[in-house]
Amino acid sequence: MAAPAAKQDGYFDCRDAWAETLESLAQQDPRIVAVVNDSVGSSKLGGFQKKFPDRLINVGIAEQNMVGVGAGLANGGRIPFVSAASCFLTGRALEQVKADIAYANFNVKLVGQSSGVAYGELGPTHHSIEDFAWLRPLTNLTVLVPADPWETAEAVRWAAAHEGPVFIRLSRAPVPQLDVANRVFQPGKAEMLRDGRDITLIATGTTVHLANAAAQGLAADGVSARVLNLSSLNPMDETTIIAAAQETGAVVTIEEASVRGGFGGAVAELLATHHPVPMEIMGFPGFQPTGSIKFLFERNGLTPDGIAAAARRVLSRKRA
Amino acid sequence: MLKNDIVDTIRDKALWMRRRAFTMIHDAQLGHPGGDFSAIDIIATLYFGVMRYDPRKPDMAERDRFIMSKGHATGALYTALCAAGYYPEDWLSTYMQPESLLNGHPNRNYLPGVETNTGPLGHGLPVALGIAIAGQLTHSDYRTFVLVGDGELQEGSNWEAAMAAGNRKLGNFTLIVDRNRLQQGMGTEETNGLDPLDDKFLAFGWDVEMIDGHDIQALLDVLTARPDGRSKPLCIIANTIKGNGVSFMENKASWHHGVPNAEQFDIAMKELV
Repeated sequence: MAAPAAKQDGYFDCRDAWAETLESLAQQDPRIVAVVNDSVGSSKLGGFQKKFPDRLINVGIAEQNMVGVGAGLANGGRIPFVSAASCFLTGRALEQVKADIAYANFNVKLVGQSSGVAYGELGPTHHSIEDFAWLRPLTNLTVLVPADPWETAEAVRWAAAHEGPVFIRLSRAPVPQLDVANRVFQPGKAEMLRDGRDITLIATGTTVHLANAAAQGLAADGVSARVLNLSSLNPMDETTIIAAAQETGAVVTIEEASVRGGFGGAVAELLATHHPVPMEIMGFPGFQPTGSIKFLFERNGLTPDGIAAAARRVLSRKRA
Repeated sequence: MLKNDIVDTIRDKALWMRRRAFTMIHDAQLGHPGGDFSAIDIIATLYFGVMRYDPRKPDMAERDRFIMSKGHATGALYTALCAAGYYPEDWLSTYMQPESLLNGHPNRNYLPGVETNTGPLGHGLPVALGIAIAGQLTHSDYRTFVLVGDGELQEGSNWEAAMAAGNRKLGNFTLIVDRNRLQQGMGTEETNGLDPLDDKFLAFGWDVEMIDGHDIQALLDVLTARPDGRSKPLCIIANTIKGNGVSFMENKASWHHGVPNAEQFDIAMKELV
């Protein structure tokens, strides 16, 4: 795939990589179809619709039917990408996601758009900070959380080739392309962006670049922070996380999601069982007030400075 | 085969299914016999007089699909799939036993012939709609049949799917409503009334047929009519009797998930001949 066009400030909307990749896959594989709930525009599927009008199934504003139709299309030998705002796809149709997709183990790809607090000012009805907690326990469901355009394209490509249900959590929050040499996308394998001895910052999705920036700031203060990008929640790279806890002795998790039952919770469950270390879970403590994405990130310390401050708090507990 | 022979065959299969399902339920002391018995004539007609399938090739792309949306009626579904040749009869004896493939609600990953996992109500119609759309996209001539309980139509997801099916003009799509007029606790009309049900589907862009759901000939006639040229999905409202075939179960909501004691079992076996 050609490098996606960066916005002037070097930040990308990962939906572009998603849409371009899906179109290119659909060109090669006639089984690929898209299912939407009047979400053609918000899913950036206008180009797909133009190229493959029959393969864009718009069920209207009806998420339970949308997910069930996805399962049926898989029964009929299609490879459906069911794309809708994550808040409605997961919240409104959770029982369909559980029974029709995960439990029935159908080859359906669910794409949660504008997850987290991407819909900032629209408020908690449209925020999707609960989706990790809802989806994490679902057997059979691979949960992918790309951090940048490259991972987004790779996740979509991997999902299309994988036989089984997948949820891809996308955002419209602008993120930079991560600078990593020789990348290989492999669900269940964490990516180490930076090695360190004192503490590990484990981030997912839109917060990965913030954790990386925080580690740079900490380095200036003489703190050596390891940074892990976990772009897959199911399966989770348990080996790398446990090793990080053993080798650095302190952990901060950072996610654009609720701090209850989400990504940080998964890491905490793992470490509490295998290697407890001082830890802080960064994210959203509950429903958020109105405000832009930037405002909501800053309000909850999801900035390089905020993450560095959390790291220092955890380090002081480690030394105590 | 002469048409009357087919009717007789289906009747024989349906009788065997009732006896076998009631035995499973008696042995397990679990099950949903009332809804099994209202649906058995419909399901027997589909499997032994209407549908195209090969039990040796359960994944055959061109198979007709039957989706059991009222997933609790496994006594009906499991005996039908067994009689159709998907698995041997001794599997039925494991019904709801620990680790049995015959779970209280069907799982397609356990049992050949099961098209999707159902149990929570209001799931079968959307999934069946997706199967019918896949057939439309691939210009396949398979047919998709879905059976819903009438009480189940209180779930809103059905109406999302009904609207979409009507708008897509899916002539290869057939919905059968097991209209036994009783749900778990009491009558459908006392709970959250469905009538006039035919008008509701007509308004959603469907063709509607109303028949006696225990009249095999009537079921055969309406289910075998080829959909060629049909431009609308078909809703068959099959008027049925909950617990049909066993005197003490008929039209009794308590037999939704009631199970027989030894004496009731003996009476039923004497009646089911």
